Amino acid sequence: MENLNPASTIKLNAVGLSKKDYDGSPSTLCKGCGHNSIASQIVQIAFELNLQPHQIIKLSGIGCSSKSPAYFLGMSHGFNALHGRMPSVATGALLANHTLKAIGVSGDGDTGSIGMGQFKHLMRRNVRMVYIVENNGVYGLTKGQFSATAEEGLELKYAGHNEFPPVDLCMEAIIAGCGFVARSFAGDAKQVRELLKAALSHRGTALLDIISPCVAFNNEDDSPKSYGYGTKHEQPLHELGFIPYAEEIAIEPLQPGEFRTVRLHDGSLISLRNLDHDYDPTNKLAALERLQRAQETGEFITGLIYYNPERPSLAEVEELNTPLSRLSTEQLRPSQAALQQFLQSYR
Amino acid sequence: MNVLERQQEAGLATPTPIINDFSLVVATANGTGSQTANLTLLRSFFKLGIPVHGKNIFPSNIQGLPTWYHIRVSHEGYIARKPSEILVAFNPATAHEDLQELPSGGVCIYNADLKNLPQRNDITYYPVPVGELIAGIDVPVKRKPYIANMAYVGVVAWMLGVSLEVVEEALGAQFDYRPKLVESNMQVVRRAHTWATENLHKQDPFRLEPMNQTEGLVIMTGNEAGALGAVFGGVSVAAWYPITPSTSFMDALREFLPKLRKDENGHPTYTVIQAEDELAAAGIVMGAGWAGARALTATSGPGISLMAEFVSYGYFTEIPAVIWDIQRVGPSTGLPTRTSQGDVAFAYTLGHGDTKHPILFPSSIEECFEFGWKSLDLAEQLQTPVFVLSDLDLGMNNWMGQPFEYPNQPMQRGKVLNAEELEALGGFARYKDVDGDGIPYRTLPGTPHPLAAYFTRGSGHNEQAQYSERADDWARNMARLARKFETARNLVPAPAIDHHPSAKVGLIAYGTTRYAIEEARDRLASQLPTSFLRLRALPINQQVRDFVAAHERVYVIELNHDGQMCGILRAEMPDYAARIHSIAYLDGLPLTARWVQERLLQAEANA
Repeated sequence: MENLNPASTIKLNAVGLSKKDYDGSPSTLCKGCGHNSIASQIVQIAFELNLQPHQIIKLSGIGCSSKSPAYFLGMSHGFNALHGRMPSVATGALLANHTLKAIGVSGDGDTGSIGMGQFKHLMRRNVRMVYIVENNGVYGLTKGQFSATAEEGLELKYAGHNEFPPVDLCMEAIIAGCGFVARSFAGDAKQVRELLKAALSHRGTALLDIISPCVAFNNEDDSPKSYGYGTKHEQPLHELGFIPYAEEIAIEPLQPGEFRTVRLHDGSLISLRNLDHDYDPTNKLAALERLQRAQETGEFITGLIYYNPERPSLAEVEELNTPLSRLSTEQLRPSQAALQQFLQSYR
Repeated sequence: MNVLERQQEAGLATPTPIINDFSLVVATANGTGSQTANLTLLRSFFKLGIPVHGKNIFPSNIQGLPTWYHIRVSHEGYIARKPSEILVAFNPATAHEDLQELPSGGVCIYNADLKNLPQRNDITYYPVPVGELIAGIDVPVKRKPYIANMAYVGVVAWMLGVSLEVVEEALGAQFDYRPKLVESNMQVVRRAHTWATENLHKQDPFRLEPMNQTEGLVIMTGNEAGALGAVFGGVSVAAWYPITPSTSFMDALREFLPKLRKDENGHPTYTVIQAEDELAAAGIVMGAGWAGARALTATSGPGISLMAEFVSYGYFTEIPAVIWDIQRVGPSTGLPTRTSQGDVAFAYTLGHGDTKHPILFPSSIEECFEFGWKSLDLAEQLQTPVFVLSDLDLGMNNWMGQPFEYPNQPMQRGKVLNAEELEALGGFARYKDVDGDGIPYRTLPGTPHPLAAYFTRGSGHNEQAQYSERADDWARNMARLARKFETARNLVPAPAIDHHPSAKVGLIAYGTTRYAIEEARDRLASQLPTSFLRLRALPINQQVRDFVAAHERVYVIELNHDGQMCGILRAEMPDYAARIHSIAYLDGLPLTARWVQERLLQAEANA
């Protein structure tokens, strides 16, 4: 790609782009919104990983979260879809061209309520994409109704008292067959970045459920999706380090029992500092149990909760080779002789 | 009045033979495997060179409810539904009523096990001793009911004078020429035929004689033809949720694609996904069309309802998509296995806000094939969802047709800019009307150029695809979309017109009602000459206006209750609205020529 920043003082990455080249339009979300912080991390890691913007698509549904793809990667094609329907659009786009890297951004209403069906079927099909839920437990754009991820018993000014138990999107994802399930906190920029990088390397759908406090409608310190609560109750499962496959990096000797290094399918490594004794992110039942326990104690655990790279992605299952969007007319239309021969059996 | 009635009126004691001109109905219970026997009869008649068509009138049920298979043969080539003179009564539950519906002089071939069959002295009865005929045939017990249906095939063949060689050939095609299956079935046919020859005395006038009217023709269902058209149209992503009567469209697609669409290394050049619902099917198609695939879905009325939001989105964001609607009877679940033209008004403007969509109306298997590939071209040329409205009658029944013509034009991929073009142009504006036809340029994700990207959004946008709530941006964009729809008028298939020089009355129809209308026109030729315009698509072009202008009265004949197309045409031509009249009816069955004839004469008497 052409160097868009001839001024030599600007730091360029390996594909000749500056960090600014990964910016999007200015955000129209509230100041201090956790979503803006996530957008910044996406810009940062895309720059660090030397991603080609034209090889990325960004998709979203409807809601505050879903506006955010406009605020990062301005040189990537974007698709702001319908409420709760981003998964099907992503599925179609990635069937048309499975070589694209897809970043989907959704919210807790978009995913946990109106889009629950599509969310679960996306996981079931293992469509290769990063699926970010910017989770604040509240409907911001319509001024503060509870979402399905809001905690039982939560009190909010507009919505009142929440009578119903929350949907845990990480649990839903694990049950639906997702092989990369992580939770983080928008305020923990480093962890968000490391998880994003690892998610981009995953073979199938990678879910990042990022608690992203709503500064306008759900930011009282006793609300579990507020900044105050988040910083106090966040319990990282591990400290993460991500090493892209392409980079040659000398790995520091690991202390037995202290680290678990997980090799992603493309060869890159993610290392987890195991703060939670005995936690094994490759054990499905243990992951579900840990999430259940966290819900009962009102904590939220962060980090890579479940990892299983064994299932092939949808494109692999469908045996896609040349992207369908790149096929020539000759490849798409069989010959006249083929038609004549085919019709023989219908005479 | 049919041939039989005319003869009886003339007082003919021994009716003269009625050759190659009658209808036959086979009444069975659903799930008894009668379809194989019925298609064997249909194909036998086809192989005799006689114009033939079969209609399956079946219930929404897996097993047990009544089903009727109508076969019409006509040396004149008429294939519309017509009341049957010959009944094969194999369903005890409906035998009584089926028998009452036979015209005087008709024939009843019945399963000899049927008890208390009403006796009429004006029809001929032929029993079929099914139990006796299948005794000792070497097939598994559970296949016995299937084999039993072959008994009526043998008796019908005897009665109509069809040779067993022809039946065997037709049967072979039904079973992919697998010798064991063909033989066990053929054994029953032969036994029944022999039994009938030895024990029955032919007293009816109906006979078949070979003709040469089907030579070179193919026989296929509309859904198969449409799917084959899509295969040759380069469909690369298909997504669907199962719904009658569209399911066999996707079945055919999934059968044909692996045979016809592998690349030089054996990789598929397509993918077909069964979605979790029609919302997702539409979403997958939109995502795929946006990213550069040729994408389609097939569904029916209830599915169209669920797709409304995405179709509105696709119209506004300008994404190519093809949606086949194999229409069935609504509202709601309605009559899910019966045919209708009831989704026309809904599909034409489907979506919230000011939306309108091109619709193609195939009337034959040839047009199903043609619109199969053409719809994919139109969707990419116009960058919008395009509907193909077929119906259950066309989609699920077997029809004769000319061998399909290979696409007569190169594949149309529409206005898509690649990296070199972007470089030369210095960028592009996604929603700008550069050429004055309302159709903007687009780029595909993955295009290696820094200026290729744009943001697709269902919210208000300006020419650069940026978010905009400005009044002038909104109004300008909607005006361009309307301009694009004007362009569509002359891109979609033009109507087929049969202009009668002295006719004051014009008929307009679309889809499968043409067969009843064409027959009715012939029968009315001296009494009420008419011109006929068959719409092949919406939006209409100038030819439709001219046609209406050239006639004093125009009747829009259609298979729905409210006269939906009539309403659309009146709105499209308000200056001619007063001369456009509706003749519409829907009871779940295809129209008959007689009904069209009567309703036209009635309307003219009141004109």
